[in-house]
Amino acid sequence: MDKTVTDLAKAVAPITDGASVMIGGFGSSGIPFGLIDALVEQGAAGLTVISNNAGAGETGIARLLRAGRVAKVICSYPRTPGSIWFERRYEAGEVALEVVPQGTLAERIRAAGAGLGGFLTPTAYGTKLADGKETRVIDGRGYVFEAPLGADFALVRADRGDKWGNLSFHATARNFNPVMAMAARHSIAEVRQLSEGALEPEHVVTPGIFVQSVVEYGIRP
Amino acid sequence: MTLKHLNMLSDAQLAARVAQDIPDGSYVNLGIGKPTHVSAYVPEGREVIYHSENGILGVGPTPAPGQEDLELIDASKRYITTAPGAAFFEHSDSFAMMRGGHIDIAVLGAYQVAENGDLANWATLDETYPPAVGGAMDLVVGVPTIFVMMKHVNRDGTPKLLERCTYPLTGLGVVSRVYTDLAVLDVIPQGFRLVELTPGNGFDAVQAVTGAKILT
Repeated sequence: MDKTVTDLAKAVAPITDGASVMIGGFGSSGIPFGLIDALVEQGAAGLTVISNNAGAGETGIARLLRAGRVAKVICSYPRTPGSIWFERRYEAGEVALEVVPQGTLAERIRAAGAGLGGFLTPTAYGTKLADGKETRVIDGRGYVFEAPLGADFALVRADRGDKWGNLSFHATARNFNPVMAMAARHSIAEVRQLSEGALEPEHVVTPGIFVQSVVEYGIRP
Repeated sequence: MTLKHLNMLSDAQLAARVAQDIPDGSYVNLGIGKPTHVSAYVPEGREVIYHSENGILGVGPTPAPGQEDLELIDASKRYITTAPGAAFFEHSDSFAMMRGGHIDIAVLGAYQVAENGDLANWATLDETYPPAVGGAMDLVVGVPTIFVMMKHVNRDGTPKLLERCTYPLTGLGVVSRVYTDLAVLDVIPQGFRLVELTPGNGFDAVQAVTGAKILT
């Protein structure tokens, strides 16, 4: 088995117009900048982007927004210092927004990857982010039903990977990357270093079964 | 209502006051902004383990200039280091710690706190601004002790401590204690109960800038 792909362009080639795409990262760490740049060049549009943030500055998701490729953003925290392209597109009514509490976002993604039909969480109970959602009281406590959230593709960033698709991460660059790799039908991993041999099984954080292709992109953002 | 005759704690004094109430051995989440300064004032001899929602337990001090690791940041996106005993983990584990009751104390900022413990700290009434919730709603439902640190009064003189919040809620009945530049107040079933006043202020003067009754 060999899941390695020689370059970023080949890795993102399967992404089509209108696809839903999970993108790992939190703040500036763990973002697959190389894959995002390749996706901008590739040209797919009308994308639904699922990520914690909605980009900052001129790189990453902000570049996709600037190029007008994003129809909808599903995230927990779109507004960060420098999130000018998101704000511009949002204020112009060019991009739809679904705000999801961060833990609910992670768990909805995990539920999709784990084959669950959703879950009940106390998060957001009684707030406007629960408006219109099914609720239930268990042992006197209110819970909100949250549906699973899968995607067509996931773009993830890892520190090291091998040809079986096994991944390991560095520091807080792990964040949403493992859970997103689980939840997409086709997950593409950008790794700082492609291992010549197999990763040590004890060090594997994301098992290769969750990853469809691996591409080396050594530049560390 | 005038504030000019009141003694107000500085941000640093407020952080130092909150830090007095962080016990040895606790797991603590510090919210973005001013709460992050609390860790600098925890009294020596106490070991406190700081959690950051983006996947670390054991947040250490700010790195020396030039020593930053670009992939080692906290929830405020500031560069950090690891403390002894630190661990990294992915997001659904991080929020299991928060939602699952494993973190002991969270310190958060707020727009408004109500006498029934309701907290508003994620959105204002300005609908033109895109809302951003982050991890605030998960934190307040899961962490048993929620400390709020904030100014007692808005810049325009309107109170932040109210009978009921007017801004969109983050959580219902979740706040344990409020630390402001004018007072420390516990939230009990009957409402706000005075713990202490910032020295130099009379009770009536603080009550006058508070939008709910303070119990003594």
